[in-house]
Amino acid sequence: MSLLEVRDLKTHFRTDDGIVKAVDGVNFSVEKGQTLGIVGESGCGKSVTCLTIMGLNPKINTISSGEVLFNGEDILHTSASKLRELRGDKIAMIFQDPMTSLNPVYTIGVQLQEAVLLHRDVTKKQARARGLELLKAVGIARPERRIDDYPHQFSGGMRQRVMIAMALVNDPDLLIADEPTTALDVTTQAQILDLMMRLQQDFGSAIMMITHDLGVVAEVADEVIVMYAAKVVEQGSAQTIFKHPQHPYTWGLLGSLPRLNADVERLVQIKGQPPSLLNPPRGCRFHPRCPYVMNICKEQEPELLPVADHADHLQACHLDDETKEREAQKLLAGMMAEAG
Amino acid sequence: MINYIIRRLLWAVVLFIAVTVVTYIIFFIIPADPARAVAGKNPTPEMILRARHYLGIDKPVYIQYLRFLKRLVINQDLGRSFANRESVNSEVAKAAPVTASLVFGGAIAWMLIALPIGILSALRPRSLLDRASMTFVLIGVSAHPIWIGLIFSYFFGFKWHITPISGYCDAINPSVGAECGGPVQWAYHMILPWMTFAILFAALYVRMIRANVIEALNEDYVRTARAKGAPEGRVVRVHVLRNALLPVVTMLGMDIGLALGGAVFTETIYNLPGLGRTAITALNALDLPTVQGIVVFSTLAIIIFNLVVDLLYAWIDPRIRLA
Amino acid sequence: MSTNSTGSGAELLLVEDLKKHFPVTRGIVFQKQVGAVKAVDGVSFTVNEGETLGVVGESGCGKSTMARCIMRLLDPTGGRVVFDGRDITTLSRAQLRPIRREMMMIFQDPYASLNARKRVGFIVAEALEVHKLGTAAEIKRRVQELLEVVGLNPEHYNRFPHEFSGGQRQRIGVARALAVNPKLIVCDEPVSALDVSVQAQILNLLKDLQRDFGLTYVFIAHDLNVVRHISDRVLVMYLGHTVELASREQLYSTPKHPYTGALMSAVPIPDPELGRKRKRIVLEGDVPNPINPPPACWFHPRCPRFHEGHCDVETPPLKDFGSGHLAACHYPLEKWPMTDEEMRRGTSSTTTPTPAAG
Repeated sequence: MSLLEVRDLKTHFRTDDGIVKAVDGVNFSVEKGQTLGIVGESGCGKSVTCLTIMGLNPKINTISSGEVLFNGEDILHTSASKLRELRGDKIAMIFQDPMTSLNPVYTIGVQLQEAVLLHRDVTKKQARARGLELLKAVGIARPERRIDDYPHQFSGGMRQRVMIAMALVNDPDLLIADEPTTALDVTTQAQILDLMMRLQQDFGSAIMMITHDLGVVAEVADEVIVMYAAKVVEQGSAQTIFKHPQHPYTWGLLGSLPRLNADVERLVQIKGQPPSLLNPPRGCRFHPRCPYVMNICKEQEPELLPVADHADHLQACHLDDETKEREAQKLLAGMMAEAG
Repeated sequence: MINYIIRRLLWAVVLFIAVTVVTYIIFFIIPADPARAVAGKNPTPEMILRARHYLGIDKPVYIQYLRFLKRLVINQDLGRSFANRESVNSEVAKAAPVTASLVFGGAIAWMLIALPIGILSALRPRSLLDRASMTFVLIGVSAHPIWIGLIFSYFFGFKWHITPISGYCDAINPSVGAECGGPVQWAYHMILPWMTFAILFAALYVRMIRANVIEALNEDYVRTARAKGAPEGRVVRVHVLRNALLPVVTMLGMDIGLALGGAVFTETIYNLPGLGRTAITALNALDLPTVQGIVVFSTLAIIIFNLVVDLLYAWIDPRIRLA
Repeated sequence: MSTNSTGSGAELLLVEDLKKHFPVTRGIVFQKQVGAVKAVDGVSFTVNEGETLGVVGESGCGKSTMARCIMRLLDPTGGRVVFDGRDITTLSRAQLRPIRREMMMIFQDPYASLNARKRVGFIVAEALEVHKLGTAAEIKRRVQELLEVVGLNPEHYNRFPHEFSGGQRQRIGVARALAVNPKLIVCDEPVSALDVSVQAQILNLLKDLQRDFGLTYVFIAHDLNVVRHISDRVLVMYLGHTVELASREQLYSTPKHPYTGALMSAVPIPDPELGRKRKRIVLEGDVPNPINPPPACWFHPRCPRFHEGHCDVETPPLKDFGSGHLAACHYPLEKWPMTDEEMRRGTSSTTTPTPAAG
């Protein structure tokens, strides 16, 4: 049984302009101790997917459907109190901006304590001691002194460490990380990713890593999902996605990255911009921007189907397998061209 | 922090001097002569001259001002009224408690109204409650206190005899021959004034509290608290309110300080012998010392209140306390 | 020190020992200066016509401050800025006016850098109108031309910024910069706030424009990949100082400064095999505060090659490692790539710098 299984998840928001279909039929699963990377650009629905799993969407004007099975139980339609028990205990989440994600008027010690006391029947002293343990584990120097400091007395990287400590304090089975390093400097990002991988080994949690950075995904993820316009367009192991990408959007994403170890005269660019989720294009949602568009793409939405011989590698595109493999190899060869 | 306090105190002194100087100057621009009023009916020029000397206004303006300043700082004496030669100190001492009871009582009333309405409206935006409270805000802000006062005293006082129409009762020390006295009577007479005074501020504060709470609800740290599994009640109580109400502390201090200067409209309608009404009477009689005395008292009150509130805020908000 | 440029033309911009200090004051009534935030503390480089200089560094390194000093949006505290042969460091506003036509800037935040209350046509035309470069009709024509050049629909002349996406807004910023035919464009993190696919569009656009209009760029970014793609030469900054200055090939194949090495090693590689196989160099600690910089070598508290008694005592000078490859380090990297352990074993090369091979 997978730790987390998401089936046909849909989240629609009622707005004054109409219904925004932020997530429109997403399927995936996360195994124990595994890292799943969800990659996509702004507006593709990756954040909303996680907020829906956690039940953190605004209550009014949000319509969610589908199934979210955590250890076999559906948590999407469960009571609010049941979900609250899980949140912060078995499933924890950290967010993008460490500067604003901590309450400025309480010490981090108090906030860590709160995380423990909400789910464990222990004394305040015990909760504080547990918080101290975690601060040590995430590498905060002199934790006994810093535990009584306020968030504004920490730097961005350290605040993110505090957030990680707070998330792991109750030994969660699943940690959802929504762009945890996007707001940090690149050397700090390396530290935090390093820390997260180490802690995953020590604590044994599964991680869902949401990011727009394909490099980050390649470094940490075992399985990868590529999202576009509220749907999954490709998913598979990290190896397969990066070595045998089978969707034009994935090609576009990979090709548009400037590389450290290769010289490309012109980056692959995807023309246009992501579609409105109020009124997504008919047929394949990527077709207005796709260089390989065919007539069928404008009419019929492609299903997420396994690639031949690779049942775990799914993609949603009408192109035939041969063309896909050929274009994929062309892209990868082009990216390796003329090493500087 | 110490530097901050010292700097504020120095500014307070500068402010105080500026305010009192301006009051003096304004007084001397007014084309009316207090001496004439004091000199009695049909005064002859010599009588007016004698009156001027008696009041001390025959000296140049700056001498008068310096005398005033010296007397204030060294003797804490605000001088003597031109109109009835009573000590201004005692006039102010009589009027201040009246205004104080109006303002502090009114502040409690307006916070008791504004806090729950503001918070609940923010928690249920666009609900019936929210729309009703926004209508209340609109009326409260637009309607003049005099109009509100008249309506209240007419219906509650005159027609339905629920409360007295006007008048003030000394709670602690009713003077001999006064109509009423004692704490119960005091409170009873203050009910309408408190309501009238509070409505405008309640409306303003409902709007401000609502906006602050809505903003706080959208902050990232509230999302973190929910992600930790905190129940919504706790999220609001512990995380939202503390941050949302911090700025309210500052505003409260400023408004109370201002109101202590004299809630003129309310005092007039309900015939309360407070600072505002006293000041108006003194102005009409061109009674400079009394006016000056009230100005001094109000300015001091505002400055002290603002300073206390700023220090309180600096202490409550750890970002400033531990900068 | 400045003769190693690879651009095609003459020297367009010379920056010499540029300093920008922000005073820190204390005092009750009379504010006395007790210290300074040394945002930029002695940076020198040249840029030739047609060339792109990439400036790379993390938050607090001073790159944005330096850009604003070059543009004279801030007044330098020390040093010189020589643009097109003229020393513009201390020119008055009136004297600067005509020069401002020749250097323009593109900003990072496409949402904040356009006035939301003005129409796009006005935004792009403003510089033309300020410098009185044509009649109203001519200006309008030029603006429409520019919108087309940057890939927007010229008929959107009358729209407001909020009607465009982030990438399109950045194109408007580019059009605005191009309007007066500048010689130099300073790009302050122009693609950092954009999605990856949109980033590619803007980078391609900038490269095309450079080729078509003979532009010179100073391109500031924190992303080494992006800088590599667009730059001819690269300047690496740390805490207001130059730590390395080299041509693109030199920097990326044989970096000399440990910080450059750490930066390159920290960039995630979109290749699962390579990414996990290589040993990363993970720096300790955070970027320090520019109010209180470390003594001697600014990088020494975090440097894996730190030699006590040397690096914290003697400030490393900017040495030439051959062909204009400059780096400020007592123990520069001998080769690249290096693993963390190899870095820590650093040997000194204080006597003579080894010239770059070949």
